[in-house]
Amino acid sequence: MSNPSGIAPRVRRTMFDKVWERHAVLTRDDGQTLLYVDRHLLQDGSAPAFEMLRQRGLTPRVPQRAFATPDHYVPTDSRELERVAEPEKRRMAQALADDSAAAGIAMFGLADPRQGIVHVVGPEQGLTLPGMLIVCGDSHTSTHGAVGALAFGIGATEVAHVLATQVLWQRKPRTLRILVEGSLAPGIYAKDLILAIIAKIGAAGAAGHVVEYAGSTVRSLSMEGRLTVCNMSIEAGARAGMVAPDDTTYAYLAGRPYAPRGAAWDAAVARWRSLPSDEDAAFDREVQLDAGDIAPMVTWGNSPEEALPIDACVPDPASVADAERRAAMERTLDYMGLAPGTPLSQVAVDRVFIGSCTNARIEDLRVAAGVARGRRVARGVEAWVVPGSGLVKAQAEAEGLHHVFREAGFQWRHAGCSMCLGTNGDQVPPGQRCASTSNRNFVGRQGPGSRTHLLSPAMAAAAAVTGRLTDVRPLL
Amino acid sequence: MEPFTRLTATALPIARANVDTDQIVPARYLQKPRSDDFGAYLFRDLRFRADGGENPDFPLNDPAYRAARIVVAERNFGCGSSREHAVWALYDHGFRAAIAPSFGDIFASNALKNGFLPVRLGEPIVAELLEQLAASKGAAVTVDLAAQTVYAPDGSAHRFEIDGFAKRCLLEGLDEIGYTLTLLDKVALFEARQSRDQT
Repeated sequence: MSNPSGIAPRVRRTMFDKVWERHAVLTRDDGQTLLYVDRHLLQDGSAPAFEMLRQRGLTPRVPQRAFATPDHYVPTDSRELERVAEPEKRRMAQALADDSAAAGIAMFGLADPRQGIVHVVGPEQGLTLPGMLIVCGDSHTSTHGAVGALAFGIGATEVAHVLATQVLWQRKPRTLRILVEGSLAPGIYAKDLILAIIAKIGAAGAAGHVVEYAGSTVRSLSMEGRLTVCNMSIEAGARAGMVAPDDTTYAYLAGRPYAPRGAAWDAAVARWRSLPSDEDAAFDREVQLDAGDIAPMVTWGNSPEEALPIDACVPDPASVADAERRAAMERTLDYMGLAPGTPLSQVAVDRVFIGSCTNARIEDLRVAAGVARGRRVARGVEAWVVPGSGLVKAQAEAEGLHHVFREAGFQWRHAGCSMCLGTNGDQVPPGQRCASTSNRNFVGRQGPGSRTHLLSPAMAAAAAVTGRLTDVRPLL
Repeated sequence: MEPFTRLTATALPIARANVDTDQIVPARYLQKPRSDDFGAYLFRDLRFRADGGENPDFPLNDPAYRAARIVVAERNFGCGSSREHAVWALYDHGFRAAIAPSFGDIFASNALKNGFLPVRLGEPIVAELLEQLAASKGAAVTVDLAAQTVYAPDGSAHRFEIDGFAKRCLLEGLDEIGYTLTLLDKVALFEARQSRDQT
């Protein structure tokens, strides 16, 4: 394994290298590594994986490393599962409760105030810690990398694999450092930053890579902001996104229920301080952005890479030379019901959704409430606020934010994935246009025929009170 | 898992980039049991219009492609959600391979665990393949895993790379969980060492 002298050679390692090496149970000659999973997060889409286990006569090997909360199939207008109309969908949430109970896996169920979107609950509970290797059967598991963990989404067969063995085969991805320097101007948020990054590198721009977000802009982001940025790493195709842990991270995690305490906490922080990438560590690729160039962003198409500053116009297919790309853009504009050359700030919306694992944390709700305060949701617009967890909801209510939203005409709902993908029935009706703080503007993502524009919580609140996509800055 | 060795079949051209897994199988079918025929949900909202009628512009509805078993698409096929149902939908419809310049990482990983081969070929080669398929509708493509070679309708051969372990699992129809279970002693040693390090 190591060199005979026992003295490690001076190798400059990235944070990703360090976390990867700490979790490598064995590496085969063909380059496949068996990785140990510290934390396995489960949500109510896990039923097929448990079924695979049952068919093989297997049970979860280390249930204490798994943690479950239902989010995809839970109702958000009440806490009664019966509110979900389709029995098949209700059964998904029920299956998680049954499978977790049978395996001895801790679960925050619907009646528990700590229930919520699994990617909000993990960090909130301190289940997500620096240096950990975390997996979950959901692509937005990249969120948890914001604390300096290596976290990535897996499919159902891999969920079954991890349940049965606590390990997973992976080939080591390449590394990409995205360096952002400078200050984000007022009215520009982490969501604008990640949309600008994806617009720059493309929806496959980070495929096969683990991204480390670095630079003064990233350092000055709050934990909530870092979670938003890492959350959408998958929308650039990345395997995972990471931010080096620092005092912001430790201040956020200290005292969280599942974080270490006392001397164990001090020892953990001392360990975590060695996690950041070594100075001059080599990355396979590097991309640089200037925060000063970033404006409030909004997507116009059906891929998160199709994002523009709010003062831009809907692009014109006629200006695209390549015939196939031109046809693709025409198809997109037809689906989105947009005419080329229309200023984005003149696009009227029917719905506003403030929620999802991208933007439903307390800071997001504070910013949105700041815009909504003293204003009214525009006539004909239906606007929802869906907190990311029961605890986010309780915190927001303690601060009176629910009054602000309700007085402005927003619906104040219960925690869940809700209208990000509509698995629980919370859908955007066909043909309607939704300003959404979620992560995907795919065809049919929020419901068949739905038209999604991704933006920040501040921009979403601005869209709600003006009835159109609009620059939030004059409203701040 | 059914082994994948060599397949000659009609190839379905989808001349689009970023075909996400939400398009391959919409979220409203994710609660369906694996015993369902997910082929019925494949590209559901692309194949059918809002009024329930078939969309004649989507190639899968063309009789020439009803027996297609290979998909050829542009970059980033299968991006987005981790839903393994996307692979199940392709598989249940009869597809066993997809050829594209790149794939969503999680989709590609899911595919390999279900006897479905994701083949990465260079962007110009895929563009050429798509052109050939557009010119001769219903043309066959051959994917030979052992030889790591794709044979285009014009007979040209294109070598592709694949992870050695993934190749073996596909060729032999190996079950990865069963294999890893034979290594649990090493996992237990790792756990013992890790808990020593933490205390």
